Amino acid sequence: LGLALYAGSLCTVSGATFLYHDYCIIGAGPAGLQAAYFLQQAGRDYIVFERSHAPGSFFALYPRHRKLISINKQYTGKSNSEFNLRHDWNSLLSHDRRLLFRHYSRDFFPNADTMVRYLEDFASLLKLRVQYNTAIIHVTLEKNEQAWNGHYFLLTDQDRKNYKCSSLLVAAGTWVPNVVNFPGSEYVEGYETVSINPEDFVGQTVLILGRGNSAFETAENILGVTNFIHMVSRSRVRLSWATHYVGDLRAINNGLLDTYQLKSLDGLLEGDLEDLAIVKDKKGKLHITLRFYLENRNISAGIDSITLPQDELDNFATRAPYDRVIRCLGWKFDFSIYNRSLRMMPGKGNIKKYPQIKPSYESRSTRGLFVLGTASHSVDFRKSAGGFIHGFRYTTRAVHRLLENRHHGVPWPSTVYPITQLTNSIIKRVNEASGLYQMFSVLADIILLRENATAFEYLEEYPIGVLAELEMQTGRKAHNGLFVIIMEYGRNFSGADKDVFYYNRAVGEAQHAWQSNFLHPVIYYYKRLPTEREMRLRHPDWPLPRPDAIHHIVEDFLTDWTAPNAHILPLRRFLENCLSTDLRNFFAESCFLFAFTHQKLPASCQQGYVRMQGLVGSRELWHHAVQAGLLQDYAHTDFSGDRPPDSHDESQEEFMRDHGIPVRPLQHLVNAKDE
Amino acid sequence: MSAQKDAWVSSLVFLLFSACSIPRSGSASLQQEPSPQHYFSGLEAGRASLAFFTPSVSPGAQPFLEQIESSAEALQDYGVSVVKVNCPKEDVSRYCDKENALRKAFLFRGNRLIREFPTDSLFDVNSIVANVLFALLFNEVKYVETLADLENIENVLKGKSNMVFAYVPATGTAEHRAVMEAAFVYGTIHQFVLTTEAALLKATSHDDPDVSSAWLLFCHCQRATEPAQPCRRTALAQPLTLLNIHRHLQLMGAPLVTEVAEDPEKISTVHLQLGLPLVFILSQKETYEADRRTAEFVAWQLLGKAGVALLSRDLVHLNVLHRSNVALKTPDEGMPIQYLVLEDTDEVITLVEDKNKVKQIQEDEQEEEEEDEDEKENNNQDIQDDQVVEAVSRVKKRELPMEQILVLTEENFHSSLSEAARTVVLFYASWEAVSLTVLRSYSEVAAHLKGTPGVLLSRVNCWDWPGLCSQENVTQFPSMRIYKEGQQSVTYGGMWGTEELSSFILLSQVSCPLKLATMDEAERYLRGEFPPELSSHHHTSLLGVFSTATSEAREAFEEAGNILSGQVRMGMYFEDDALALSQKYSVSPPALLLARSGGRGVEGIALSKHSVQDVVQMIRYELLDIFPEITVPNLPQYLQLGKPFLILFSAGDISQKESKEMLKLAKGRPQQAFVACWLNLKKTPVGHGILRTYFSTTPSLPVLLWVDLHAGGQVFKFPSEQSITEMNILSWLEKLQAGLEIPSSTLSEEDWKPPLPAYDFLQMMEPSVPELSPHPGDTLVQHPPKSPGGDTARGDTATREEPSQESRAEEVGSPGRDLRGTALRLAARDKQGKRHSEL
Repeated sequence: LGLALYAGSLCTVSGATFLYHDYCIIGAGPAGLQAAYFLQQAGRDYIVFERSHAPGSFFALYPRHRKLISINKQYTGKSNSEFNLRHDWNSLLSHDRRLLFRHYSRDFFPNADTMVRYLEDFASLLKLRVQYNTAIIHVTLEKNEQAWNGHYFLLTDQDRKNYKCSSLLVAAGTWVPNVVNFPGSEYVEGYETVSINPEDFVGQTVLILGRGNSAFETAENILGVTNFIHMVSRSRVRLSWATHYVGDLRAINNGLLDTYQLKSLDGLLEGDLEDLAIVKDKKGKLHITLRFYLENRNISAGIDSITLPQDELDNFATRAPYDRVIRCLGWKFDFSIYNRSLRMMPGKGNIKKYPQIKPSYESRSTRGLFVLGTASHSVDFRKSAGGFIHGFRYTTRAVHRLLENRHHGVPWPSTVYPITQLTNSIIKRVNEASGLYQMFSVLADIILLRENATAFEYLEEYPIGVLAELEMQTGRKAHNGLFVIIMEYGRNFSGADKDVFYYNRAVGEAQHAWQSNFLHPVIYYYKRLPTEREMRLRHPDWPLPRPDAIHHIVEDFLTDWTAPNAHILPLRRFLENCLSTDLRNFFAESCFLFAFTHQKLPASCQQGYVRMQGLVGSRELWHHAVQAGLLQDYAHTDFSGDRPPDSHDESQEEFMRDHGIPVRPLQHLVNAKDE
Repeated sequence: MSAQKDAWVSSLVFLLFSACSIPRSGSASLQQEPSPQHYFSGLEAGRASLAFFTPSVSPGAQPFLEQIESSAEALQDYGVSVVKVNCPKEDVSRYCDKENALRKAFLFRGNRLIREFPTDSLFDVNSIVANVLFALLFNEVKYVETLADLENIENVLKGKSNMVFAYVPATGTAEHRAVMEAAFVYGTIHQFVLTTEAALLKATSHDDPDVSSAWLLFCHCQRATEPAQPCRRTALAQPLTLLNIHRHLQLMGAPLVTEVAEDPEKISTVHLQLGLPLVFILSQKETYEADRRTAEFVAWQLLGKAGVALLSRDLVHLNVLHRSNVALKTPDEGMPIQYLVLEDTDEVITLVEDKNKVKQIQEDEQEEEEEDEDEKENNNQDIQDDQVVEAVSRVKKRELPMEQILVLTEENFHSSLSEAARTVVLFYASWEAVSLTVLRSYSEVAAHLKGTPGVLLSRVNCWDWPGLCSQENVTQFPSMRIYKEGQQSVTYGGMWGTEELSSFILLSQVSCPLKLATMDEAERYLRGEFPPELSSHHHTSLLGVFSTATSEAREAFEEAGNILSGQVRMGMYFEDDALALSQKYSVSPPALLLARSGGRGVEGIALSKHSVQDVVQMIRYELLDIFPEITVPNLPQYLQLGKPFLILFSAGDISQKESKEMLKLAKGRPQQAFVACWLNLKKTPVGHGILRTYFSTTPSLPVLLWVDLHAGGQVFKFPSEQSITEMNILSWLEKLQAGLEIPSSTLSEEDWKPPLPAYDFLQMMEPSVPELSPHPGDTLVQHPPKSPGGDTARGDTATREEPSQESRAEEVGSPGRDLRGTALRLAARDKQGKRHSEL
């Protein structure tokens, strides 16, 4: 097959020469490289196109002030590499432990140059196939019944070189700056070019358009040297610690909020930028006015003829003239290179900067075109981390797994466990899995039950948006019910106007776990796979439709969900009741008793003891189980006749007697469940 | 006083008996006197008699005569004789004159005439008895006409004795008679007061009384200490019959609250004897005073309707809900006592007063109790019921001695493996109970094997190093592997006990199978002396003997050795003199020589199978004992045979004789049919648990049982009077197979269901998170057409859960309801209103 592919990798269509690859990736940013890594690992035929001479060209320029706001936590007190990724927002996923960001920077908020260096290393150390200096300027489709998706993607670069792919992975990011057009917008400087030298702002009065992290970052940089800074944007400021969304204003950038609220001349204003107009006076000062004042005027008539708001409203807020106006309005996806036939449409409302995609990250209109990375953030915009490295490294892996199943017949990786491992496998994952943690409410672990619930299959980090298509997308069967494990914040806990520090915000008791506010594991149980209709009709605030049963593991201050009584026990009860079985562990001795007194054995005995893997335990443990009333001590309960001295028995008895063991009948164990 | 009372009571019992049999012909008791002279001369002093005088023939007086005759018997009970005195024609004395004869009746006490009654006032038996007793009990029964009179009497009685006040619409009625009859019995105990004045009736009863019906009040004046306060009154709710009055007075006379300190099932009070329920207020030491007041309060409310007893839970062990605060014992035979949790006194009263309601409340209670049970279960839900988890968490603070065990990490894992010839690695998760249990055994193994050369014990915490564990393909915890340089690792698959783990590690020291070079080595191997590493290991040795030609069998044997590595001590001999060796044990190669532990000689078995699986299976089978002692670790091996067990439970070692007989049995008969084995209760004390499950007590030992573990689960006991011999057992087994024996027990067929319910978060969320419920619009409009099955189920759950939502809300709303642990404060009156508003 490989030969055939290489042989066919040069093909000629309507006179042009096409270089063929199964997978084409546009963009060698973090998402493009991440996708390349998985394709490379799977031995797929792929190529990455990068317009710049090096990977991560976005990071070569942005953020302008060079400080990344993604955390690089070097120490967590744990060696668990999976867990540590929860607090490493910069590394990409790979098997190479050298490629952890903490080896690149010791800064908690690293410099953007480090990211560029990291990405270069990632591409080179892993020998990813990246074609630099190749800017794809046009993408179109070629219908072909033989093709994986009924068409090939035809790509053209700046040198009119053509490429042909079966599957197109767009990891081009959002790099086109958002601009607004209003009278006087020519006086506005853009974030992408504005000076980052504070010296240039000394004694100036600055107006910043926009309210995102770039706007605040810009303000932060010049806060100390300006007269004052005003910020205008349409919506109120959204603080990431209130919204639990990393894309909102981060505390590291919010110095201006301080000076505004403490009345130190800086300020925030809300208003629609579209209504704005800027006029320059003779001294070069910029005045804010409103578009409708200008509508019937001839601007060339000069500033004096223009009405300013303060002429009518003499306490108009932005009546003071500005020396500079800076636009920091973010970026959008470059829709221009896609042929109409691909119908790459912008999303609606606040996700218009992203192309429309399905929860499987596939384009809504073009089969085989997947959007990865920042550009795929429409799936979880303002919710989870899919627009950021620490989120999309997982969604990219998920897309890769979908592709492996779709095109190569490799089902979604899964592990089959005996049912006795059910509680453990969940506990293990909710405690260490970083994909579940970062991509909360977007990626979910799925447990597919086998017949009679004696075993189960564990699938990691599946996009829950396409839960209904699980069987088709993963190649696994979900006939006997399933558990979906996701992480959630409490409802009504996240929002720009929420008080996230109110008293008793944290829930401590397992039985009130459903009221947990901070990120905590939630397990949904479905007797059958939800249908697409059910997925569609679910409440918009809910990641999933109504389950047959639900379990919340109570939020934990340390995010350590291994407490036997508060975390594991309620989970076991939930699982037991869903499966209608007893999932307790038993010592071999208990199993021995059950084997002689019951025709059926609990799962732990059935899958352990009977298979000669019984849990023998130690005398000390038995003693404690007896004390807890969970094991009966038959050694000296009643004995007719004498006991010849037997050193072993005797010492054991003495040991137990010394500890004063109450002998309690184990109704609930021995005569189990008579009720 | 008490003796007298008893006498009264017994007389009344008699009276009741006779009162019931009034319609009987009374002619027998009607005395006939031939003449007045005769009559008067016969009168005894102090004895009352009612006489009427009749001319010899007087047809007009017939109806009256009939009545008087009927009343004779009734009056006889009160010591009043009824005498018909014949007036001879010539007698025209006072009684026999025309005025009186047949128009009047005369009541005499002794000779003295007390009262003369016009015969028209003696219209029936009732009026006769009433009037006669009224006349006789002139002192005992006061007749009052005004309220003032009544109050005077009441005031005089206060603190001294009680008063029975009766209103009858007219004298001579049945009610009047009943009152008088009662007064005859109780007149000396209580002051009886009678009136026919309707005004008095109105003054004493609350509502608008019906003046045409009689009315009786018991006034508790004896208890009344406040002169200004009227005595407490308890009306008789039933019609005024002698029986009802008697009951009423009996009840009024009983103690208000009975204190009880024994099993309520055994308690009997006058209330129960009279067919009334008895209410127990369950009390505790801590709340005794308040409970006592509550009980008295309730008792006053229930006076005449039910008895009230105060039961101290501290003195009586009750196997009932701790929250129960009230018990109700009904007079019906065989009805169990109901234990209830009631909110306030009104509920108790309602419980008793409204018979119809009783049932309903009970049902409610049951629901509530179910709820309680839920609650109780909810409380237990957070109590650990996993014996392993609980045991481990109880010892979590005790550090394990782990110095002997090397901690491996992602960094040093591979380098460490290359350091020792054999590295034992335990993969575990530090938060997981089974792992920690095994880790404890493992640390004991480490102590045990300390100093054993060439073995390195180590561990990997997969919670710290998940990458390493998944790289090593460890998906389950715990998991133990032995890594040998240059070879594939061997995963342990046996019991997680110290002994078994040690044995595995020791056996893994030598290759499996071990190639033996000389005849001498082979012999020493069979004796357990070779190789020296295993000299301390006393297990069955297995030696494969092959002539060089039989390479196919040898390869299979070698492959089987790989599989059984660490489990079985396997040797292999294929030198030239292999034939000689095998023939020593009367087999020819390829053969297995089996040297069982305990020096039981060497068995030779021909090796006829050549597939690896068959060889493995054969080896496993051959390693099983013929008549094993069943222990916790070895049972699974025998369970796998899938045969019934013939098992001898013994208090200690079994006797030589029994052992011999059983061995004969096991060897002789078709071994395939069952597993003959024995159990040493001393070594395997859990056997007591088995016997107790079968027989509820431990039978006399030794006991031989047939346990069909795999089919039907029946347990048969070998008759204890027979001695355990092969013959006896065989004939018993035959009978057993023929279905002639009755099983002593049958193994539980129960499924292993969840021990306790889970928190129903779905239900908890619904009230506060309405969006969880399917959108009403969606469900109504869109749900029915598609996939009806699933959607109906959904709809059902939604409706079913509605009431429980309410109850949940209620629970949340009034935390004060949770009075668990102390007796419920019935007197908490304010709660009642709240409850109603909630409902």
